[in-house]
Formats: sequence, structure tokens, C-alpha cells
Amino acid sequence: MSDGFLEIDALSSYYGDFQALFDVSMQVGEGEVVAVIGANGAGKTTLMRSITGLLSNEAAMVRYRGQAIGGLRADQIATLGLSMVPEGRQLFPSLSVEENLIIGGQIGRRGPWGLEAVYRLFPVLKERRSQQSTSLSGGQQQMVAIGRALMANPDLLLFDEISLGLAPIIIKTIYEALPGIIGGGMSAIIVEQDITRAINVSHRVYCLQEGRVSLEGSSKTVSREAISNAYFGV
Amino acid sequence: MSDTQQYAIDRFSPASRIAAVAALVLIIALACGPWWAGRADMRLLSELFLYMALASLWNLLAGYAGLVSVGQQAFVGFGGYCLFAMTMFFGIPPLMAIPVAGVAGALISIPVAFLIFRLRGAYFAIGTWVIAEVFRLSAAQISALGGGSGTSLPVTIVKSIASSRALREAASYWMALAILVVVLAIVCLLLRSRRGLALTAIRDNELASQSLGIDIWRAKFFVYVLTGGLTAAVGALIFLQKLRISPDAAFSVNDWTAFVIFIVVIGGIGTIEGPIVGTIIFFLLRETLADLGALYLMILGLVAIVIMLRAPKGIWGFVRQKTDLDLFALSRRVVTRKKHQSSHANEDNKGEPHEPQTT
Amino acid sequence: MDWLNAIIQGILLGGLYALFAAGLSLIFGVMRLVNIAHGDLIVLAAFLGLMITTTLGINPLLALFVAAPQMGLFGYALQRWVLNRTLGDDILPPLLVTFGLSVIIQNGLLEVFSADPQKLNAGSIETASIAVPGGINIGVLPLLMFVTAVAVIAVLQWIFYRSALGRAFRATSDNQDIAQLMGLNKSHIFGLAMALSLVVVAIAGIFLGIRTSFDPAAGPARLIFGFEAVIIGGLGNLWGTLIGGIILGICQNIGAQINPGWQLLAGHIAFLIILAVRPRGLFPRVDG
Repeated sequence: MSDGFLEIDALSSYYGDFQALFDVSMQVGEGEVVAVIGANGAGKTTLMRSITGLLSNEAAMVRYRGQAIGGLRADQIATLGLSMVPEGRQLFPSLSVEENLIIGGQIGRRGPWGLEAVYRLFPVLKERRSQQSTSLSGGQQQMVAIGRALMANPDLLLFDEISLGLAPIIIKTIYEALPGIIGGGMSAIIVEQDITRAINVSHRVYCLQEGRVSLEGSSKTVSREAISNAYFGV
Repeated sequence: MSDTQQYAIDRFSPASRIAAVAALVLIIALACGPWWAGRADMRLLSELFLYMALASLWNLLAGYAGLVSVGQQAFVGFGGYCLFAMTMFFGIPPLMAIPVAGVAGALISIPVAFLIFRLRGAYFAIGTWVIAEVFRLSAAQISALGGGSGTSLPVTIVKSIASSRALREAASYWMALAILVVVLAIVCLLLRSRRGLALTAIRDNELASQSLGIDIWRAKFFVYVLTGGLTAAVGALIFLQKLRISPDAAFSVNDWTAFVIFIVVIGGIGTIEGPIVGTIIFFLLRETLADLGALYLMILGLVAIVIMLRAPKGIWGFVRQKTDLDLFALSRRVVTRKKHQSSHANEDNKGEPHEPQTT
Repeated sequence: MDWLNAIIQGILLGGLYALFAAGLSLIFGVMRLVNIAHGDLIVLAAFLGLMITTTLGINPLLALFVAAPQMGLFGYALQRWVLNRTLGDDILPPLLVTFGLSVIIQNGLLEVFSADPQKLNAGSIETASIAVPGGINIGVLPLLMFVTAVAVIAVLQWIFYRSALGRAFRATSDNQDIAQLMGLNKSHIFGLAMALSLVVVAIAGIFLGIRTSFDPAAGPARLIFGFEAVIIGGLGNLWGTLIGGIILGICQNIGAQINPGWQLLAGHIAFLIILAVRPRGLFPRVDG
């Protein structure tokens, strides 16, 4: 299970005096899709921010391909091949759709993803390439956010709250596109509130509760009852 | 089985009680200055008092109300010019002219506030500077007060303060001490009032305090006008002591703003003690390094930058962090009391169980 | 005809003010930093130009090509090692640190060059002028300054909206965290923005030194003119800043025409009137 691709070891994270994560450990293997579920405030976004370097940690707490990256800056981690689709899209409002995509690819890693590949995946973005990103609908913005993350040709892609605030039909479209995105051997961490979708799309699942890992298991075998216990802390 | 703990809000700590008594003794001792201090010492102390007053006012403005002004020289100079104009043209006695200058300063700060409150943050700072420039250039147009080269206070007016030179010097010393005590008292009382609490809330989190229903604009406006008036009164006294005024001296950004900002930053911004500590350090530095001239100012600027980067709460903030001292009894602290000791503190309790014990 | 002349000279002067303003506007746009030492850096650049012209014996307009990269490097270093540490939610640290910097630069220049006014001598170009119909003479130098200002703003506009660097500037300005996730090192981006700002400052400083005499205390007034041009034109709009500078220049020259003592006052009053009537400036940027 653990091939040393991404290893998180006893990670504790703080916002000032407030401790958001307590000794969280998790592994992601090469080509593996891991779902992270948990209620609001369980620490999922903090975990994503810690992995990507937006929150700094002790170096050894996060290891990527054997390298201790916990103490690196976010931009250094990005160049190693970690990319994130942030919660709430967070596109750059003063950049056009195409500029948002281009800036995603500006670290210059080689790979299958480029402007044309993203436009093939989401043709609607090509029509709107020169529009301000703020003029798009929520679903189209999510497409830009995903495209922007893909442009970096990452080896590990993080989706933070992939379906939050989107209409059901859009969520369906995004999930239908997902195999085409991560099918090529890319590893992924998917943060999702919808337990069923999370389990269907992932190999393994972690549940966070109040900053601690309350459940870890294979998505195929884990029982709904165990999940809801871990989720709600019954 | 321990006693139930009860909570009360207390502002006086033992240290602040001792400090209050010590301050009273100090004020009395300083008031006796003319009997124990030499002429030069008194002059130096007067200047120190006036800088301490200016620094406390700027601290109130920037450290509590978040109005970082680099144009308070507008009010220092305005106060000075008011004093000269009122004594020379209207025959108002100089001592009377000081409070009048204060009122005039507060009045003129009202339209100024309406204009520059449209600017945010750092642009507000430069806006205050423009206002000070407008004041300086306007003062240079008043030919009756010497235009650009300025004027001296006529001897008759100087003599009207007191007949003998010794008495005049004592009077001028007492006025400086008095205005410092008044300024410190007003700042303390303001910060301990409801309004002060609102200001502290704004300083800590502007957005959150807005949602608590604090009218931020009005709170800031009030502080701006108050400090404008008091700064003008201090300015009037400064130029009564100098006996000579010119636009460049009256509206000097170095003398009345740069030094004052450095004092507050070095001492500790956002605390009452900071400007006091800072002024004393500033004068110690000045008396030892002033011979260096421009180099001294460079050192001062460098010290301020290093403090801002390394210890943004200044020297007092550092002391406070280490000792939890609070000499002016400003912060409200929750103290725990044994139940039997306190029966009146219940109103302030929140969320803590205080039902009778069942032992 | 005096009035028309005053207005034309005012427009040309406005170009210089736009140069004072452009660097200020640029760094505010990228990192919301207002540099109180901006004016003093302009004067520092003028003194740097003076040193270069006297040691190398070249025309100050050529000295610009030596001074500009030096100022740019200084700006990058200043941003990375000092100013980046001050950036955050609190506006006080950047304000007070740049204020301290302003005092250090002023007094450092005083220590090295004394308080005597200095001037850069650009030779015969200073007195050359073009006669236009109506008996008005347009100085070649003021015209050159104006054209340079327009060119500088056009280049900055191009960098900001058309180049990869500008894309990085805008992205970092929009959302620092997400820009970091895209592999942009914000400390470096901010350093580049300050470097660019100080290259413009170098141009402004050399032109200031050719146009008029300067001394170590001349900085704050330049900061204020630049600031007024930015506010009059509207925050975040570079072409607006040029128009702001022109309005300021015209008002000052008209004021001076009425009474020499009113030159600066007229400019300030024009600024205050615009602040009262249109607090967001004449051409505020429309955020999409």
C-alpha cells in the first residue's frame, strides 16, 4: 500500500494558537485515488493547505517521493508536481479564462496537458477563452479551476471540496470527466462531502473528525455504518 | 472538592494600583521642578512633556483608531499660528489662547476629516500630509504673520504671561506638565470608556466589530477630531515657548511627525505606556547622539525599522509579554474568585456554571 | 496668450508628475504597498545621476542607462530583504518602515552631498525650443519628458496586460495563496515589481534633476505630487494617472500665473476638490 509516493506522518497543524490537525497520518500510493471525507471543520481544508505548503509544517511531516517537503514553500512544492483545485474555485478575477489556464502551466512541467488538451476536455472553455473568469457560471469556473490545475501536468492532483456549491447536473458532468482526468496514472486526493460519490471514485478513504483520522480503509470494503460512525463520531 | 470558581471583570491589577500612586507622587515631584531643577533641565523637561503629549495623541490615533496620519504637523502648526494670531490681533491672553487654539483645531479637523476619510489605509496617510502642506502654504500667505519667513511674539505679549523671567520659565514649565497630564488623563479615560472599548475592538478586528454594530466611521471621526484639537493645543504651547513661528518650523514633518512616530514605534504602538517609554528613550538617545547630526536621524530611522520588523509591539510590548504588566489599568481581565469572597460579580459571567454547590 | 502658454507648459509638466506617479501606482497595484519613501527614492536617483555624470563625464540622459539598472537592482533587494517582511493584513508595518526609509535616505543624502541644491546639466537641449504658431515656444526638454512619460506608461501597460510577467503580477495581486500554488514565488514577484517601480523612479529622478534643482529634502513633495496624480486619475488606472498628472500640472501653472505663491497650493486644492467630488478619481478601474 505504501510505496512512499506521498506519506503524511503525525501531522499537526495550527492556525495561531488553534490546533486544527492532531497527529494525522496518511499515505497515497502512485496512481492511487484517495478520498478524504469529514464534516465541516473536521480539518480537511487544513490538510490540503498543509500538503500544498500554504501552511508550513515540520519538514519530515510530509514526504513526497521520499523527499521531506513539509517545510517547503507552496511554489516550490508546486514545481515538484503537486497541483490543487482549491475550494470555491478561486480563479484570478483580473485574468481571462485562457490566462488563468496559462498561469497554471507556467511552471513548465512536461506532460499530456496543455491548452488544447484542456479545451478538448471542456470545449465550452474554448468558446469563452477571452472572457473574464468571473463572468462564467459556477460549473464553468470549476472547469477552469480543474484545467488550471491540470496545466501544471501534476503527478498528484488535490481536489478540495470538488462539488461544493455546484448544481447537481454540473457535479455529474465533473464526475463523468474525472476518469479522463486521473485515468492516466495520476494520483489524486479528493475532498468530498458526498460520501457515496467519494467512495465510488476512490481506491481508499480517510475520514477526519475534529482534526484526527477517525477511519481509514479500502473504499470497496468499508461499511456505511463504519463511515457514519467515523463521520459523526457516534 | 474545590470551591466553585467565580469570575469577575477587574481592571486594576496590583501593579496598576502601585503605578497610580507612583504617578501621583511623580507628578507632584515634577510640579515642584522650579524649586529643584536648573533652567536648562526645566527647558529639556518641558520639551519632553510636550513630545510625550504629542506621542500619546498620535498613538491614540494610529495605534487605537487605526488612523495612521503622517500629517499631524498640520495641527501643531495650526495651533501655533492660532496662538500668535489671537494674542497679536485680538489681545487674548496667551494662557487663554491655548484652549481656544485647541477648540479651533478641533473645529478645523471636522471638514478635514470629511475629506480625507475618503482615503483608505496608507493613502489616508499621504492625504493627511497633503492637508499639512495646504496648511503650511496657506500660512505662508498670511503677510500679517510674516508670510513665508514668519514672525516673533511681541515683547509686550511675552511679558503679559508673567513679569519676571524666572516666573515666566516656571509658568511655561507648569503649562507643559499640565497639558501632558490633561492629555494622558483624556487618553486614559477615553480608552477606559465604552467608546474606548469599541476602539480596541476596531483595532483588533475591524470587520468583526462592524458586525457587532460598532459605528466605525463615527468612532474614528471622534478620535480624529479629539486628537486634532488636543494636538493644536499642544502646538500652541510649543510655539508660545519658542516665541517665534514660521511656516517651515510650524509644519515641519520631521519635528512633529517623524520624531513622534519613531517615539511611538520604539516605545510600543497601541499601548498607553509605549509613548511614555519611547519619549524617555528618544530624549536619552538625542542627548547622547545629537552631535552626530544627520547620522543620528539615520540611526533613529534604522532603529525604528528594526523594531517594526523584529518587535512590532515595541519595547513596552516586549516588557509586557515578559511580565504581563499593565500600569494604566486599561485592560479588563477576568479574575477568578473564590465563591465566598464575591457576591457582586455575577453579571459579567458568561457560560460558566455557577449554580450552588451540592456538597 | 500667457494663459494658453501656462496650460501647455502645465500639460508637459504633467508628464513628469505621471512619471513620479507611475512607480507608486505599479507597486500599489501588485502588492497594495504604499511606499512613503517613493519621493526620496526619486531624489536618490537624481543624486545617483549626478554621481554618474560627474565621474563618467557623460550627459545625464545617457547616465540614465547606468542609473536605471542600479535602481532596479536596489529595488529588488529592498523588497526581498526588507519590505516583503512587512506585508500582511496590518497596514502599519509597511507604512512605518517606508517612512523610516524615507528619513534614512534624506539624511544619508544630506550626510554625503550636503544640503546645497544640485542640478544635472543636460547641455544645449535644455534651452532648445520649437516655435509653434501663436507665439508659443515649446521646450524640447519638456516635450521629451512628456513623450517619455507617455512611452513609459504605454510600456508598463503592455507589461501589465500583455506579458507573462504582468500575468504573474495580476495573479499575485488577485490571490497570493493560489498564485503560490501555480508555482509563483510571491517574494520574487514582489521583488520584480519593486525593481520595475525603481527603474521608472530612475527615469523620473534624472528628468527631475535636469528640469530643476534638487536637494536631499526634495523627496516628500515629489511623493505628494505623484500621489495626487494617482488619486485624481483613479486608482489602478495608468492612463488615468497620466491625465491626473496633466491636471495637476495645469492647475499648478495656472495658480502660478495668478500669484507665484499659489503654484503648489492650486495643485493641492485641485486634488482636494476632486477628492470631495469624485473620491474614486476621474477614471477608476472597473473591476470585472
